[in-house]
Amino acid sequence: MSILVLADLHEGQLAGTTAHVVAAAQAIGGDIDVLVAGEEVQAAAESAAKLDAVSKVRVADNAVYAHQLAEPMGALLVELAGDYTHVLASASTTGKNVLPRLAALKDVSQLSDVLGVESADTFLRPIYAGNAIATVKSDDALKVITIRTTGFDAVGASGSAPIEAVDTVVENTQSSFVKEELAKSDRPELGGAKVVISGGRGMGNGENFKLLDGIADKLGAAIGASRAAVDAGFVPNDMQVGQTGKIVAPDLYIAVGISGAIQHLAGMKDSKVIVAINKDDEAPIFQIADYGLVGDLFEILPELESKL
Amino acid sequence: MKVLVAVKRVIDYNVKIRVKADHSDVDLTNVKMAMNPFCEIAVEEAVRLKEKGIATEVVAVSVGPKAAQEQLRTALALGTDRAIHIETDERAESLAVAKLLAKVVDEEQPGLVILGKQAIDTDNNQTGQMLAALTGLPQGTFASEVAVDGDKVNVTREIDGGLQTIALTLPAIVTTDLRLNEPRYAKLPDIMKAKKKPLDVKTPADYGVEVASKVTLPKVESPAERKGGIKVASVDELIDKLKNEAKAL
Repeated sequence: MSILVLADLHEGQLAGTTAHVVAAAQAIGGDIDVLVAGEEVQAAAESAAKLDAVSKVRVADNAVYAHQLAEPMGALLVELAGDYTHVLASASTTGKNVLPRLAALKDVSQLSDVLGVESADTFLRPIYAGNAIATVKSDDALKVITIRTTGFDAVGASGSAPIEAVDTVVENTQSSFVKEELAKSDRPELGGAKVVISGGRGMGNGENFKLLDGIADKLGAAIGASRAAVDAGFVPNDMQVGQTGKIVAPDLYIAVGISGAIQHLAGMKDSKVIVAINKDDEAPIFQIADYGLVGDLFEILPELESKL
Repeated sequence: MKVLVAVKRVIDYNVKIRVKADHSDVDLTNVKMAMNPFCEIAVEEAVRLKEKGIATEVVAVSVGPKAAQEQLRTALALGTDRAIHIETDERAESLAVAKLLAKVVDEEQPGLVILGKQAIDTDNNQTGQMLAALTGLPQGTFASEVAVDGDKVNVTREIDGGLQTIALTLPAIVTTDLRLNEPRYAKLPDIMKAKKKPLDVKTPADYGVEVASKVTLPKVESPAERKGGIKVASVDELIDKLKNEAKAL
């Protein structure tokens, strides 16, 4: 077995999610190579080389791979995939964008959002917004898989794998990068935070999300939101937790003014401890919350902040 | 230009699903079905392109059992011009659907193909990307804004850290994210008119595509239930429980 892991990059640096994907590769077993593709990604490659269990890091450093556009990335992966039995990426927006292209070009299926490994060809993945867990078995010669990173603990970073350059350069005349507007935040990244506090429609407006800031600061938490809060324009969409947003599984998840629709629960119900603060004691969120507090969030939040 | 839009019949998103007692799959008997929410957004975007005079014709296509024609009629009522139903009772995986859609693209030569980013049943998020790969066309996934400009389309994409805008050469494949638009409702007169619009029925064999896949589903289970929690009476009790019982603080 030989596995290629596509590294996740965040502003040119190696993203923390990559260590989780390597852990998934470890559960499959075999040699694990990590591919770092992008422009000026030497530092990311050096970080990847430190990840435990990695045999080698392959670096495709070229302007054509900048921003990891799907067309050149797909073409690159097709070139490299012949050497491997499995190609893995995190189920990030990049992994989801690129890997199905590889699968189709190799005429194989793709397994999305895998959260458990049974064997080298059998995996677990959630379907129907996480309301069922399917065991899927692939008889394809090449397994193309995106990994739900919350399903695997990150590997350590005490390794020292060799780094080798990949000379493959592809052409891309079909797509080009125009611009990016990245949300700036000093808080921990939502997907990897140990504590997440999220607001929903009950927050009333975007201004009131500031009530979460003090608590988030004290707990070192990331701030999330329900789709209702995003659709109402309270906060930007990259804060959305749910089936169509980010999937999180922190140690502590605090849901404030969130009713608990199926689509929101899909994104957070694997959290270790769930706290719900809601004025409606019938809200579905209370059915999955370990600790529920019924009351007015505008009174509860300031009190919680002052007492933490 | 012609716009092709793919729609899927799925379980209604409000339904709480049940796993079959024999763990072979999810139980879909007597369950309310509907058009996948992301496909509704795709249809809406295609119809808006027609209203703006950019699209000359909008063609809806669906792969699935005979009942999927209900969803195609809905698409027709929402403003698409005609529909193609590729009928199969087999469980069609993304790759097979992408291969069928690639044949339709080949036949229809659309300037733009719009799909939803994922179906809420399988949650795969693959078909649009696979279609792009198979047709050799560029892809704009998770679109929150689509702006056609001559022989290019600018697609603003929802990515993990925020938004990214890319320019694609037409023809291209676009998949919709939730914030692309607010789909309209079908009006009764349009639902009546939709019954008269053309709907071609084909089979995978007509396109020479094999639907069977190498992925099997040995087992489907309910996820582990969470233990019932408790309600606390005050902020003090909450903090105490989190510190001493859950050890989460």
